[in-house]
Amino acid sequence: MKKKSIISKIYIGLILFFLYSPIAVMIVMSFNKGKTIVWRGFSLKWYGEVFNDRTIMEALGNTLLIAVLASLFATILGTAAAIGISNFKGRKRAVIQNISNIPIISPDIVMGVSLMLLFTFLGIIFRFEMGFGTVLISHICFCVPFVVLNVIPRIRRMDPSLYDAARDLGCNEWQAFFKVVIHELMPGITSGFLMSFTYSLDDFIITHFTQGAKFQNLSTVIYAMLRRKIPPTINALSALLFLAIITIMIFINIRDRHEEKRRARNI
Amino acid sequence: MKSRKLSIPYIVWMLVFTMIPLVMIGITAFTDKSGGFSLEPFQKAFTYTNVFLKSLWIAFLSTLISLILAYPLAYMLARMKKSSQNTFVMLLMIPMWMNFLLRIYAWIILLQKNGPLDLALSILGIHGSYIGNTAAVVVGMVYEYLPFMVLPIYTVMCKIDPSLIEAAQDLGSNGFDVFRKVIFPLSVPGIISGITMVFVPSASTFLVSQYLGGTDDIMIGDVIDKIFWTDQNTGSAISLILMIFIFAFLVLMNLFGDEEAIA
Repeated sequence: MKKKSIISKIYIGLILFFLYSPIAVMIVMSFNKGKTIVWRGFSLKWYGEVFNDRTIMEALGNTLLIAVLASLFATILGTAAAIGISNFKGRKRAVIQNISNIPIISPDIVMGVSLMLLFTFLGIIFRFEMGFGTVLISHICFCVPFVVLNVIPRIRRMDPSLYDAARDLGCNEWQAFFKVVIHELMPGITSGFLMSFTYSLDDFIITHFTQGAKFQNLSTVIYAMLRRKIPPTINALSALLFLAIITIMIFINIRDRHEEKRRARNI
Repeated sequence: MKSRKLSIPYIVWMLVFTMIPLVMIGITAFTDKSGGFSLEPFQKAFTYTNVFLKSLWIAFLSTLISLILAYPLAYMLARMKKSSQNTFVMLLMIPMWMNFLLRIYAWIILLQKNGPLDLALSILGIHGSYIGNTAAVVVGMVYEYLPFMVLPIYTVMCKIDPSLIEAAQDLGSNGFDVFRKVIFPLSVPGIISGITMVFVPSASTFLVSQYLGGTDDIMIGDVIDKIFWTDQNTGSAISLILMIFIFAFLVLMNLFGDEEAIA
């Protein structure tokens, strides 16, 4: 038994080494004074350059704005859809749910080029160019199904008499909806929102095809940077993003533990 | 609450921004530059058969290696204390939150000439660059998608009732038999969804092979990206073939999964 646990510790250690060594190397190199892989001494100058790089900062702003708007809109659209869909029965419902699965199972690249076709076609008719708007629409497209898929199971588990009870107790339709139904579905809505947000932040492929000539998010800026000769600021940027991720993860973990404790107390 | 109307905006949205674009891909794939019906895009698409096969091969290797690495890991994770399970799952997820391009770029640094791997191996007298070959592409893919393989297998392993294992032991099974007759069959649904979640993106992604592979490691995603900006018809035909392929794969996986569930 003892021997087994040592083997599993070594194995897990190796996997973690595989997962983290590339990131570690990148962080170490971000402090390198030189421009290449050869170490030329410690320096913080690349960090300064990241903050002074207007393209990066603008792209970061775009990425966050798109992620917030796309996941908000997708959450509203998707929650309403989930409630509507669960009132359908039989074949109609199956058809709608299957359509919801299309964006999830179809390859990102196919979704990207198909939206690009649509937007160039519409662009000629209505005279617009691809940019912020088309990227936002595309991100909503791949986010909505995640919200629908997260909310539908909550609706199934919800006691339908709760809504009727709220109505009996004097709520009007809207009050009953916002005070009871939404409250009950909240865990599903939140996880749908968070999934949308992370997918939108990380997206490269779909943005690449729908951004047009002027708009850029962080991924497509990094793509452009990597196409030219690789600038050392990219290491510093990676290190900063990694720091941000770690902070968010620790924050989420603390919140979860806190909630678990609270739940344990209530029971 | 009883209203179906709430789903109307969504249905309209999906129709306009998901179904119509896909139909447009289908139409564009069967037309030529002047807009008339033509099979030329498909003829051109079939000149990329080798790239298709290479993509499937790379995706297959990546999926296989991910499965081999992930299965023992998921098994070990599921057997840990609950609190350390959560920590390790989080450690597994953190690199996935890094930007997709930065994760590939990290491997460029790691594998390049005079990079860390080269320096480490030069102690043994081996010197060179480890980038620009199929193996580097597969390593990059495994790095990108390994957590997608671990998480579903881990989830099903956690759901296995420990009393089933005890029952098998009581009935005289040794460790290997318990694994072969109880744990493995029950973990098949997780394996199936892991395979799907790794194979589909690795067969259709682009850039990984552009950055880490050699000149003959072009994948179908790279071809679509390169072609679509100039020749939308051929690009659409290739996308359509890729899409049909992925759907066929998913249907196959579903059949396989269901059969296992019945048996």
